[in-house]
Amino acid sequence: MLKQLLAAVALVASSAALAASGHVVHLDKAPIDLTDKESLQRGARMYQNYCLGCHQMEYQRYSRTFRDLGIPDEVGMEQLAFTAKKVGDHIKNAAPKTDLAKWFGAAPPDLSNVARVRGPDWLYTYLRSFYVDSSRPFGVNNEVFPMVGMPHVLQELQGVPSKMHETRLVDGESKDVYIGIVTDGTGELSTEEYDRAVADLVNYLEYTGEPSKLESRSLGIKVMIFLLIFFVLAFLLKKEYWKDVH
Amino acid sequence: MFKNLMSWIEYRMPFMEKMNLHVMQYPAPKNFNFWYFFGSLAMLVLVNQILTGIWLTMNFEPSAERAFASVEYIMRDVDYGWLLRYMHSTGASAFFVVVYLHMLRGMMYGSYQKPRELLWIFGMLIFLVLMAEAFMGYLLPWGQMSFWGAQVIISIFGVIPGIGEDLTLWIRGDYVISGATLNRFFALHVIALPLVLVILVFLHIIALHEVGSNNPDGIDVKRPNDGQPVENNVSDKFTFHEYFTKGGKKIIVDAIPFHPYYTVKDIVGVVGFLLVFCAVIFFAPEGGGFFLEPPNFEPANPMKTPDHIAPVWYFTPFYAILRAVPDQLFGAIFMFLAIIFLALLPWLDRCPVRSMRYRSNLHKWNLINFCISFVVLGVLGVLPATPTYTLLAQIFSFTYFAFFGLLWLYSKNEKTKPLPVRLS
Repeated sequence: MLKQLLAAVALVASSAALAASGHVVHLDKAPIDLTDKESLQRGARMYQNYCLGCHQMEYQRYSRTFRDLGIPDEVGMEQLAFTAKKVGDHIKNAAPKTDLAKWFGAAPPDLSNVARVRGPDWLYTYLRSFYVDSSRPFGVNNEVFPMVGMPHVLQELQGVPSKMHETRLVDGESKDVYIGIVTDGTGELSTEEYDRAVADLVNYLEYTGEPSKLESRSLGIKVMIFLLIFFVLAFLLKKEYWKDVH
Repeated sequence: MFKNLMSWIEYRMPFMEKMNLHVMQYPAPKNFNFWYFFGSLAMLVLVNQILTGIWLTMNFEPSAERAFASVEYIMRDVDYGWLLRYMHSTGASAFFVVVYLHMLRGMMYGSYQKPRELLWIFGMLIFLVLMAEAFMGYLLPWGQMSFWGAQVIISIFGVIPGIGEDLTLWIRGDYVISGATLNRFFALHVIALPLVLVILVFLHIIALHEVGSNNPDGIDVKRPNDGQPVENNVSDKFTFHEYFTKGGKKIIVDAIPFHPYYTVKDIVGVVGFLLVFCAVIFFAPEGGGFFLEPPNFEPANPMKTPDHIAPVWYFTPFYAILRAVPDQLFGAIFMFLAIIFLALLPWLDRCPVRSMRYRSNLHKWNLINFCISFVVLGVLGVLPATPTYTLLAQIFSFTYFAFFGLLWLYSKNEKTKPLPVRLS
């Protein structure tokens, strides 16, 4: 009875999460791993090269990123922090915010927490879902975020992407169904390399969303072990005392 | 030396005397079960909220410009700031979990019935203050959901005829939610309401110890002493405070001293609770998006409404009732009635038998109906209001209120089972 009830509640709750996400697009699972320091370092490099021009991380400091990613401060300052004066600076750019809003239609959002707002799977799919659309100001549109104001800044890596369709039989009618993105091969990276590079970037964004996550997990395991031992001892203590009662 | 000091204090302030009265020689029924953990757990969570709250206050800046950034500062730059913040945010949800289970316990075993009506009323006041406390605390991180959730809840007061608009203005301190609102909510959240909460909890316990704890059998452990010996009475082994025996006029049956028996037992409960609590804090602090909602990681933006605004999960049963009624004013009235009826339980329930163990099957089914209605309404309150969901919300709002109506009707002449003489 109780189990069935819980199962019903879980079912309704999961459909709630689906309904709350709005625009329904299949999201690919982001192949990320927060313990992979090299992936995080590559992601940080990509962020500095391709994103920081418009998107700040105004809550994250260079020193924190360097420490958590295992980058010596001097190396980081020289190779990653182009605009920063001090290692304790926040990851900011020099772009004038009002101009950015004018150029792109909306101010590019801060990305410190973007992985917590959107989720890594959304980001991973979004960055691999740009396609050529001559009706848009920057000549590209996005399958995950239609009419987005952002240009395809990773085009030099991916090549020129276009939508792939397949004719399928849907409910007895043949329809063109969107099945993915294909590039013209002019990019610096192959499709697999591009997916890997995006995964690195998403990995880094997942890290900056919650820099304490790894620390939290390792401390959490210790706390849980302590509590389990404590639980056994507390139970035995209770049993000993309650001999008087039973 | 120590003994002298103690008697010096005792002469001026009867500390040990009060400890005996309320802890070491307080008679607690011997048959408390799992459901009796949640009172002490609520106290534990209250202490957790106060302590972590104090430390969060040290780095939080209550202004529209700095609130969001200062929370991020706590999360990223303050040593163990993330832990303090997650303990506090998870603690808020945990508080409602344990309080809801604590209230359900009271309903299952009739703990609100005579002579514990005032005790129940203090509990309901604690619940109300807790809701206000949680609501104001949720505005402080100044995220999108903080802002828009508060917008929705404050606008509920706007439907009151005549004074509504002025009332919302008075609550906000501005024509829209702004830094002024944030500042006053901060003051109320960190000082005023916690103070009221602690005082109410104190009164709740004083009222409890005056009438004594109920138990799963719902029969009294303090009885008039008719001079007859009671067989196998575990209470004979212990000394209880003379306040409870009234100088031999009362006899205590099947009760044991609160300390050490229930203190050691509650430690087991506390550690069991902490296992779950810490699992959330360290491995899933967002609680699946229910404890910390994803849009709240974006700073409040009065120009951009989120796709879907839902209050935090612990308000959703009442929010679902509000939305189920087509008329706004009546929706608000029914929402408040949903809480008022709970407070009136001691008078709606006219059955002389307390515990559901010895009450009719009808009562048991009615209790199950209440639980299902409450949970389903909670789920519906999270979902967007589609026609189907609204219809479901109307049905379950009806069954929620039907619980109280039915209880009042059948409880007067309920077919109950004979009560046991002794605790099982």
